[in-house]
Amino acid sequence: MALGMGRRGPTGKPRYSIFALARNALSYHENWQAAWRSPEPKPSYDAIIVGGGGHGLATAYYLASVHGIRNVAVLEKGWIGGGNTGRNTTIIRSNYLWDQSAAIYEHALKLWETMSQELNFNVMFSQRGVITLAHSEHELREMRRRVEAIRLNGIDTEVLTAADIKKLVPIINTDPSIRYPVMGGFIQKRGGTARHDAVAWGYARAADDFGVDIIQNCEVTGFRRGADGAIQGVETSKGFIGAKKVGCVAAGHSAVLSEMAGFKLPIQARPLQALVSEPIKPCIDTVVMSNAVHMYISQSDKGELVFGAGTDSYNSYAQRGSLNIVEHLLAAAVELYPIVSRLRVLRTWGGIVDTCPDASPIISKTPVPGLYFNCGWGTGGFKATPGSGHVFADLVANGQPNAIAAPFSLERFRTGFLVDEHGAAGVAH
Amino acid sequence: MLLIPCPWCGPRDDAEFSYGNEAHIVRPADPSATSDEQWADYLYLRNNPKGPFRERWMHAAGCRRWFNVLRDTNSHEILAVYKVGGTPPAEPTAPAKKESQG
Repeated sequence: MALGMGRRGPTGKPRYSIFALARNALSYHENWQAAWRSPEPKPSYDAIIVGGGGHGLATAYYLASVHGIRNVAVLEKGWIGGGNTGRNTTIIRSNYLWDQSAAIYEHALKLWETMSQELNFNVMFSQRGVITLAHSEHELREMRRRVEAIRLNGIDTEVLTAADIKKLVPIINTDPSIRYPVMGGFIQKRGGTARHDAVAWGYARAADDFGVDIIQNCEVTGFRRGADGAIQGVETSKGFIGAKKVGCVAAGHSAVLSEMAGFKLPIQARPLQALVSEPIKPCIDTVVMSNAVHMYISQSDKGELVFGAGTDSYNSYAQRGSLNIVEHLLAAAVELYPIVSRLRVLRTWGGIVDTCPDASPIISKTPVPGLYFNCGWGTGGFKATPGSGHVFADLVANGQPNAIAAPFSLERFRTGFLVDEHGAAGVAH
Repeated sequence: MLLIPCPWCGPRDDAEFSYGNEAHIVRPADPSATSDEQWADYLYLRNNPKGPFRERWMHAAGCRRWFNVLRDTNSHEILAVYKVGGTPPAEPTAPAKKESQG
């Protein structure tokens, strides 16, 4: 990634800077150039990425920047970042138990650390730390074991006592008499949050700079295959678009796409809900999650408290869930953070996540030559955005997974080499 | 929010139910004779349609009995409820076209 200062892409887009800001202030900010073009699709491309969320746009960006494949289209059925990219709770961490997961999530975290500079777009990556609570003696022991495993992979993580946590999070209730008392926890200080929309916009702008066509309101309705079975292109709501390589990064709708291509995925589409409170003054400057009470909290820059929990139990594509999930989440929030009891909920929403049997993603070749899938991120895909795009671009470009992507192939469901992250992935994303 | 008509107890809030995923998955009669592909198919591969879907529910906070539901996963409309072992109703020929309003 030898990108950085002074980059100007084929479209000659000027860089964002303090001087650009000052210059545009003189013309009342009325002359900013569009961040990306809105072209009509060409008849064919070298590669097509289906899905204009963070992962898809990152894939297109790395195809162009790392692999030199610039004749690329990103097809998005709605607007870019309008799916799960704009619906998640923006938590970033890499403290996973298994080596395979540690490799991909840490790869992502390292890319997060340089993303704003590389993309020339402030994604507001804030390494405010991510704390995971333990509420029982058993959880505490399991957590210590996890911390050691994570440290062996060279990833920063530290055990915290209940007193440490109270110091870092003054609003937390550490009364030992509550139903799930805070007995300790651990922190990844390099973890944190980022502005989710900015990630999509930053990758879109940078990919567009390399000549990638971002085509919104273009829904894929089928795949065209040749006599040899290999992919020839996609049928869309804007007509046929040819490509010898097609990468699908459609999160909740992955199974809909695989059905069009004629194979099944081990994925179930589920609603995942989140909510924010009305904005209040800063009261929590880190992220705190708890697997036992199934809730996590952070505070946005606008002051809203951001809450999330687990998925609804049933399959759905409706981008909404049931109220009992929200009630369960808020009950846990009120017990752990009593000050939130008088706050009003500003809004709740849902996204459709692609849950996998082992709570790990699928980054894989498929039974269709030239067709690749990146899916199954379930409830925790946002944190992986740059790493996912980076290794998926490698797979699409080379036709073979690299060392980081290889454990996440579809083959694992036949061989039994699952990457079972239910314990570590449990809640917080 | 789903209002699920339990065949024994009548319409109840979905908070009272446990979900049992796709219905009509049959365990291979002779597991030792199945190939790895067939076993993976039985164990992990599921239909996941955007539209009518046959699924199992259990009325956990009521009669605690299992039953099957044909439900549209896009509109959440419940198209049919039928007992385990009963004849599965046909899927509607023109799937419910109600798009969710998110």
